[in-house]
Amino acid sequence: MKPLGPLYVTLILILLAAPLVVVTGVSLNSAQSLRFPPQDLSLRWYGALFQQADWMGPLRNSVVIAALASALAVAVALPLALHVWVRGGWLSRALYTLGVAPFMLPPVITALGFLVFWVSLGMYGQFTATVVSHAVFLVTLPLVTISLGLQTIDPALIEAARVMGATRGKVLRTVVLPLVLPYMISGYAFAFVLSLNEYIIAYMVAGFTVETLPIKIFNSLRYGYTPIMGVVSVLFVVIAILVFGLIGRFGNLPRLLGAERLRE
Amino acid sequence: MSAGTEKVTPAWLGAIPGVWLAVLFLIPFAIMLSVSVAHRVPGGFFEPGFEFTSYARLFTPFFGRILVTSILIAAGAALICVVLAFPFTVLLSGMRRRAQTLVLVILLAVLSLSEVIIGFSLSTLLSRTAGVGNLFAALGIIETSQAYTPGLFALMAGLCYLGFPYAVLVLYPPVSRLDPELGEAARSMGASPLRAFLTVTVPVLRAPILGALILVFVFTLGAYLLPQLLGRPRHWTLSVHITDQAIFQSNLPFAAAMAIMLLLVALAMVGLALLLGRQREAG
Repeated sequence: MKPLGPLYVTLILILLAAPLVVVTGVSLNSAQSLRFPPQDLSLRWYGALFQQADWMGPLRNSVVIAALASALAVAVALPLALHVWVRGGWLSRALYTLGVAPFMLPPVITALGFLVFWVSLGMYGQFTATVVSHAVFLVTLPLVTISLGLQTIDPALIEAARVMGATRGKVLRTVVLPLVLPYMISGYAFAFVLSLNEYIIAYMVAGFTVETLPIKIFNSLRYGYTPIMGVVSVLFVVIAILVFGLIGRFGNLPRLLGAERLRE
Repeated sequence: MSAGTEKVTPAWLGAIPGVWLAVLFLIPFAIMLSVSVAHRVPGGFFEPGFEFTSYARLFTPFFGRILVTSILIAAGAALICVVLAFPFTVLLSGMRRRAQTLVLVILLAVLSLSEVIIGFSLSTLLSRTAGVGNLFAALGIIETSQAYTPGLFALMAGLCYLGFPYAVLVLYPPVSRLDPELGEAARSMGASPLRAFLTVTVPVLRAPILGALILVFVFTLGAYLLPQLLGRPRHWTLSVHITDQAIFQSNLPFAAAMAIMLLLVALAMVGLALLLGRQREAG
């Protein structure tokens, strides 16, 4: 297995990269056709994404929804994680399960639940509905990262602060929050990337009025393929690699994903 | 929990996320349940009611075929994913931290990709003008380039692409907890690496592997765009039909009944997977 091991890993990584390489190539075609290898290299479709109004709108929607929904998700996940960490008990565990549940189930179920919910409230098709739905769906990610962060805090640190006379509010502000801040940021980043890519909930809740980029791509697939879809795909891959790369660079990604022993 | 953290947060703090999640997660499910027994008004929406018409449709050959198709496709994809992912994860967790981080970044990037993008990328890769057909033709394996999509092969490839990173990440924590000395001990006793892998590593991690199979099964069962983009209508799974009934057939009660059915299947499977995980912790 010694020589075969690295070969196997490399082969799988190549297979994972293959579709993305082809899509990158396709996005560089100058004509409106999907050719690989591309003919007459050109960046014109990259300009088109930021100039054509029918792509700019969805781009703006996607970014604003992802930014707001992830912030909301962190705002809900932080008190939940703190509560579970400090108090424990069955109620905390039930809350934690509730926070993790949307992510464990096939998303179409959650999407349909949101659809009937917003229809009943008369908010079907509204921007707010998409933001709030994404925030509820994605709360799992900051919840998991912040909980992991809280577990790394040495209880002696808090005890020391208390002994020195800090009020609990002060302990929270000056000891706990600074220590979990990196975990809040990675939770936000995870949620942001996934919200950008999310399709079914955005589609079911407001697919015909609030068009996000994935919805826009799917709708335009029906009228034929254009290199601009390749451009969006490249953009999303780059954002994902950038975000996870930064987390990997400044944080401990293996630890964040549950690894326990690590060889330096 | 511990003495030091006892009073850092006030007790009411849990109420904020509690109310938020109850209102926005539990109430939608309650409404969905009530819609599933509502009376459908053809061509329109639905009116409140209490009837099991939509559930009765779950026992028709139409739904039976969808269910069998969905289960076979998801189970096949889950099996392929886990078989490929398990040795990959074992190798991954043996790497140095920097290399592990790099591979994890790639896996997370692929995992977070929208199904739209995965579907588009794979249909491009398998297309006649831009795909592997060109490569095969250039190599002289086939005469002229051809398309490999849509079809069952393309769909399975897509689902495996989607499920593989997920399978690795599900297997990663238990595999990384495994004592590397276990395999080394087997090898020092004269077992070949492959034999050590098959007779020590795999049996020790039987429960997590089974758990991963179930979770990847539920995960691929949730795919709703790939069957439309890479498969033919006869490959449409439950998730696709739920969307179809809700949006295009305007039959919300039937969509809700199917979603409840899918929910029960998924809950049972996830529960089973968690149970398997707990046994591992205990044992």
